[in-house]
Amino acid sequence: MSVFVDENTKVIVQGLTGGQGRFHGLRNRDYGTKIVAGVTPGKGGQDVDGIPVYDSVADAVAATGADASFISVPPKGAPAAILEAAAAGISFVVCITEGIPAQDEARVYNELRRQYPETRLLGPNCPGIISPGKCNIGITSGDIAMPGGPVGIVSRSGTLTYQALYDLTQKGVGQTTCVGIGGDPVPGTNFIDCLAAFESDPETKAVILIGEIGGSEEEKAADFIAKEMSKPVVAYIAGVTAPPGRKMGHAGAIISGSKGTAKAKMEALEGAGARVALNPTQAAEMMVEVVAGL
Amino acid sequence: MDLFEYQGKQYFSRFGIPVSPGGVADTVDEAVATAEKVGYPVVVKAQVQVGGRGKAGGIKLADSADEVRTHAGNILGMDIRGHVVKRLWIEHASDIAKEYYASFTLDRAAKLHLGMVSAKGGVDIEQVAEEDPGAIARLHIDPTQGLDEAAARGLVEEANLDPEAADGAVDILVKLYRCFVEGDADLVEINPLILTPDGRVHALDAKVTLDDNAAFRHPEWDEFRGLEVLDPREALARQKGLQYVGLDGFVGIIANGAGLAMSTCDVVEQVGGKPANFLDIGGGASAEVMANALEVINTDEKVKAIFINIFGGITRGEEVANGIVAALGRVEIRSPIVIRLDGTNADEGRKILAEHESDRLMSLPTMIDAARRATELAGGKTR
Repeated sequence: MSVFVDENTKVIVQGLTGGQGRFHGLRNRDYGTKIVAGVTPGKGGQDVDGIPVYDSVADAVAATGADASFISVPPKGAPAAILEAAAAGISFVVCITEGIPAQDEARVYNELRRQYPETRLLGPNCPGIISPGKCNIGITSGDIAMPGGPVGIVSRSGTLTYQALYDLTQKGVGQTTCVGIGGDPVPGTNFIDCLAAFESDPETKAVILIGEIGGSEEEKAADFIAKEMSKPVVAYIAGVTAPPGRKMGHAGAIISGSKGTAKAKMEALEGAGARVALNPTQAAEMMVEVVAGL
Repeated sequence: MDLFEYQGKQYFSRFGIPVSPGGVADTVDEAVATAEKVGYPVVVKAQVQVGGRGKAGGIKLADSADEVRTHAGNILGMDIRGHVVKRLWIEHASDIAKEYYASFTLDRAAKLHLGMVSAKGGVDIEQVAEEDPGAIARLHIDPTQGLDEAAARGLVEEANLDPEAADGAVDILVKLYRCFVEGDADLVEINPLILTPDGRVHALDAKVTLDDNAAFRHPEWDEFRGLEVLDPREALARQKGLQYVGLDGFVGIIANGAGLAMSTCDVVEQVGGKPANFLDIGGGASAEVMANALEVINTDEKVKAIFINIFGGITRGEEVANGIVAALGRVEIRSPIVIRLDGTNADEGRKILAEHESDRLMSLPTMIDAARRATELAGGKTR
């Protein structure tokens, strides 16, 4: 099994008529994902390579029965796009948009929590989710993933996620689902949401967690691993050499004061019983050992 | 973007938060002229984005033009923990009866706004939080609900501010929250927030961090920007649209993706090297972006070798390799380059790079080996 999405997930692409939306939307369809519609206000009735475009998410849902959305619209419009999807009854929203103001993100997160508790937001500023062989929503290259499990991956970073996927695939270890939660300060889906989903997914036997400096989500994940997880976890944290007070690319990757250091996160994860790697390749190697011992 | 104190105070003023009258000065003469306008006594304050200015001698009281001249002369050019003072803020000195603390920020763990108020202001608040956590009143605010006057009053009462300060503090808190939200700040902090002997409350300091992602709706931020003190390498990188953070080492780093760039720095350090920078060129690796990145690294004289670490996802290995080769044709590079190319079609990419290999350019298949080689080429000891 996979988590959050599977081969039956019906996806609309908000922003399908834009350059990025078209590129990734069509790639996702080529991978086998059920991309059933696009949404661009004012462009209803058109199509993108045979995919019908609607003016609103509500119209698209009514016509196709879609249950997931892939949002690829600029930062200005993304918050409204997320809420529109939730209001139309979409239960899983993937937003790859980078550069949404933190105030908007916090507002949208809490609006979802209050008004649309049934909707799960993945992102913003994330690479998306791939369940190899079943469904790929976002910008991950499907070629580097391998179907069949038994490993689940959850990560705050894009390229490091790909690296982990690729390394596992090269070593002949498949994945159930790979979830990129994104590097922003207020992610819609966090480590714990994903760890819990992997813990209850019978096909996932072990999990790779890739974190980075900033915030305290890795520490909370460590707590969850210690208390709730029976499956082995291998972790890697980027940013050991990052200086305090400097944003390392991601809006969320910043050490403030003594909080959010890689060292503290690694210690917390180790204390929770996770195996902690010093680089992404080592994480994959550790996972190969873990899988061999299952 | 972190604002200087004087910019923070200008920003506060837009939202009606009372601050002391004052002005900026870049020279001793300007400082005296500003002091005359503001009226004595004045405080001469170094404008640097680092804490501990007062202890370092960067904040002085002056009762006359002569004193302003002396203090301004001493403070301008002063090095405060690595920050050279280029600008002063001269403001009318306030009589202080009490010093408080107030701030709003995003609590990432709770995913809510967090307001904090304390009657123990004027000192390092992290120290207060450690030694006397009960002295800080905290309030989580749902961003969809906002902060109303009643909630602000509750916070002021819980913090045990003096009763005569309550109305003024409540008014400032409501305005400060607006400044935080509408002003798109990551942090707004007043330390100290003061009560004067005649019962007025106002902001004696201002710490504001703006959210760069919101710049598109704040054209007024442009005036803050020109004054940022940037490392010259960072200034060039920004101009080229690259995510760059200068570090102190000797191995230049170029990687695609923030996580991989951080990881690359870590691995270089693990093998005994020292990263000179963090540089994320983003998802693709076109010749143009790569050339820009190399150009930035090239200006860093401490760099003795460059480590390019690219994972090809959607951008395939051969495209990445062709981009690197084309970039090398455009920029004359001082240092030897080690490339580690991995991911989709990495073999094809490495084949292309192999045709260009020399003692100045080499390709290695793993991150660790490439980091080691780059460190050796830079004259570092590996482990």
